[in-house]
Amino acid sequence: MARIIVVTSGKGGVGKTTTSAAIAMGLAKKGHKTAVIDFDVGLRNLDLIMGCERRVVYDFVNVINGEATLNQALIRDKNCNLLYILPASQTRDKDALSQEGVGKILEELKKDFKYIVCDSPAGIEKGAHLAMYFADDAFIVTNPEVSSVRDSDRMLGILSSKSRRAEQNEEPIKEYLLLSRYSPDRVKLGEMLSLEDVQDILSLHLLGVIPESKSVLNASNSGMPVILDEKSDAGQAYADIVDRYLGEERPHRFIDEDKGFFRKLFGGK
Amino acid sequence: MSLLDYFKISKASTASLAKERLQILVAHERTSRNQPSYLPQMQKELLEVIRKYINVGQDAISVSFEQDENQETLELNIVLPDLPIKNT
Repeated sequence: MARIIVVTSGKGGVGKTTTSAAIAMGLAKKGHKTAVIDFDVGLRNLDLIMGCERRVVYDFVNVINGEATLNQALIRDKNCNLLYILPASQTRDKDALSQEGVGKILEELKKDFKYIVCDSPAGIEKGAHLAMYFADDAFIVTNPEVSSVRDSDRMLGILSSKSRRAEQNEEPIKEYLLLSRYSPDRVKLGEMLSLEDVQDILSLHLLGVIPESKSVLNASNSGMPVILDEKSDAGQAYADIVDRYLGEERPHRFIDEDKGFFRKLFGGK
Repeated sequence: MSLLDYFKISKASTASLAKERLQILVAHERTSRNQPSYLPQMQKELLEVIRKYINVGQDAISVSFEQDENQETLELNIVLPDLPIKNT
């Protein structure tokens, strides 16, 4: 049975697209046929992060309007042949998406794909609403920062009241926390909310902590999902997240600070 | 205690301040989230009825809904203008 995953946050700039690209690639690399859809109509960026921006011919809105078939619009990933990207339209506005149209496309995708990852735009307007509406699982991407935590909590309220599962009284969407841009050093200094602080407020099932990492910018610069950078801390964090989502046991990492040379010398904990 | 601890700033951390502010705010926002969904529509209709008789502005009415373990309270507040103008 196919599962629809929405990657959402409310707030912008927390790493939704980075996460969508990474987990979609991770799931596909594990042998599951996966589609990743950009819901940010008018401001598409998933194509850039996936490195397929020059191969976009048709988009999500073209398919909804019947101007192209789903197969024409889906772009096969250059690194993994089980991964397909459905780009958002760059020229239309967000009203071009309709609930009926999105529902129909998702139903069609479910026949052929194991996982469908919906990259939500920021905000709580139409694009974000439609990205989460049909979801089975929600990945809440949160930064350890006040505005992000607040917006995540708001998003949780929307998931539990405005989604299809909520409206039809079905089993609720499974909600998972992905805490990104985490700096254990700054947490230790009392400059950043800790994982525990965030969990005291949101109390979600933790899928993983992604450390603040240079590799994320390097990955987006080159159009390669960061999970392919297997040596990087962020890449490993996403690989763990995919494994945990698939039910494998992985001890949590990147929560405690690095014991650098200086610290070891002075015996810091 | 390591040598490093001597250099740590002892004042209250901004992270704990952030957590405290968030806990208050999120608790408040969660209660308003549980308000019945008909509230905005009811407020609009009540305002229309009142405006048939009294010349009040759009923001002259406030509705608040509170819920505790035993009861639900619906509070309706209408601010009347200084001089009622309409005579019907």
